[in-house]
Amino acid sequence: MSAWSDVLLIALYLGASAGFILSLKWLSHPTTARRGVRAGELGMAAAIVGTLLQGDIVDFRWILIAVFVGSAIGAALAIFMPMTAMPQRIALSHAFGALAAALVGTAEFLLVRGDLDSFTAGVLGLEMLLGYLTVTGSLVAFGKLQGVVRDRAWVFRGQNLMNLGVLAVGLALVVALTLSPSSTELLAPLIVVALLFGVLFVIRIGGADMPTVISLLNSFAGLSGAALGFAIGNPILILAGALDGSSGFLLSMFMCRAMNRSMVNVVFGGFGASAHAPGAVEERPVRITSAEEVAMLLDTAGLVIVVPGYGMAAAQAQHKVRELSELLARRGTEVKFAIHPVAGRMPGHMNVLLAEANVPYEQLFDLDDVNPDFPRCDVAIVIGANDVVNPAARHDADGPIYGMPILDVDAARSVVVIKRSMRSGFSGIENELFYLPQTMMLFGDARQVAGDLVHEVSKLPSPVLV
Amino acid sequence: MTERIEFGMWIFMLATFIGFEVIRRVPPLLHTPLMSLTNAISGISLVGSIILAGAGRGTMATVLGTTAVCASTINVVGGFMITDRMLKSFKRGSRKARGDAP
Repeated sequence: MSAWSDVLLIALYLGASAGFILSLKWLSHPTTARRGVRAGELGMAAAIVGTLLQGDIVDFRWILIAVFVGSAIGAALAIFMPMTAMPQRIALSHAFGALAAALVGTAEFLLVRGDLDSFTAGVLGLEMLLGYLTVTGSLVAFGKLQGVVRDRAWVFRGQNLMNLGVLAVGLALVVALTLSPSSTELLAPLIVVALLFGVLFVIRIGGADMPTVISLLNSFAGLSGAALGFAIGNPILILAGALDGSSGFLLSMFMCRAMNRSMVNVVFGGFGASAHAPGAVEERPVRITSAEEVAMLLDTAGLVIVVPGYGMAAAQAQHKVRELSELLARRGTEVKFAIHPVAGRMPGHMNVLLAEANVPYEQLFDLDDVNPDFPRCDVAIVIGANDVVNPAARHDADGPIYGMPILDVDAARSVVVIKRSMRSGFSGIENELFYLPQTMMLFGDARQVAGDLVHEVSKLPSPVLV
Repeated sequence: MTERIEFGMWIFMLATFIGFEVIRRVPPLLHTPLMSLTNAISGISLVGSIILAGAGRGTMATVLGTTAVCASTINVVGGFMITDRMLKSFKRGSRKARGDAP
């Protein structure tokens, strides 16, 4: 290799690094975010060109075929996958990313065989452990989100002990590989154990803990990429892997903080499994209302805050909700959307859904920004959210959600809760909000009910003020 | 050898710190695009896959490498496209000047 192509490779890799960092930096605001995507694409292009120019590559046939097939699948997934299936698609992409890293690591190990030094062998072992567990873990997450696998946490006695045992075996195998890099017979057991642990790890996670776990898997996929970079001595892989790893880790920390739970509690807690049997709920009177009555409330409201949750996504009610908010806005009512960090099945789920339904992002508010507005809110509409609006989080010190930051919906003058039934939320506890004097329950399918509200509000006489 | 490891450690540490600082500033509004963008970026294992698939190191390397190239290309192409598609849907209100988004 000539000195010039060396210099060119370094320049391209440095350019790629800058592109990746800028792309994340520009993502800090919606107005610059798309520029961030461009920067990331350019960075990726630079890294690929640099790699192809390297003298090592002698055969382009298979690369071209694979790139062609991969691009076709990737583009098809991006174009045809509905926005509502975004959590599944994210889970699936973690599986692909980890698979690529894990396969390269495996091949690297087998190719170099006896000649590996301890460091490289250990890193490759760790890389395969992380990579393969992310593959199966993400596939299980995909199955749960797609509804192929049961969404609830699957918990049994002694499970934590068993999971920790399996993980310990995996780590022991990595240590063994580090101590004796030539023992390729350890490879198959390591892969099997990692694949198994991935399944065990995610199968016990219930639906509403998905945002944390998806972020965690994101982090693992990144870290296995970084480990691969160490093993094959590729700086751009280390950099991109570290960026991805820290992003996933930060997101999962944000999710935990938003629930006031530790990562250990999410991974080993089995939160969603303790749900009460539906019949065990104490009979207390709630006020049941109709779309017509709610429309009359909305008629005179100055500020309406909509609190969406997974139920809105599940019922695909976001378009009807947007229609309602536009209708109200045209009547001079201020409409805000209050979005809890863990609402939905992945970080930012509600924001993406509502943005796609054409709700301007200026109307979407974060927990801390919107909470001071609830005392002057005339009608709060809770649609498919439950635990994140339960006042018990503030005072019930023994409850499972104690200390979780919640949306202060109970401070609003009137509260309308749109729900299919009185069933409890993910935490399995009753929601005190439903029994407050200012709360009205509007039972039914979220999309149907939102449609009814649109209908009723549009029948109202035009407001006098505007 | 040790030099390579040390060099890698430096990159890893600095990139992690930069990652934390930059990503902390991404608002919750954009957390889903963040996740899909970092996913696309981590499709950089494409680089490792290409080296494996094209270096002519035997059938096993070519098979695993080609599969890996395919999997990471899905992430790179799909990841950037879908991130862009999501971000396109984030619009400001119609009353404000609509044309000021890039």
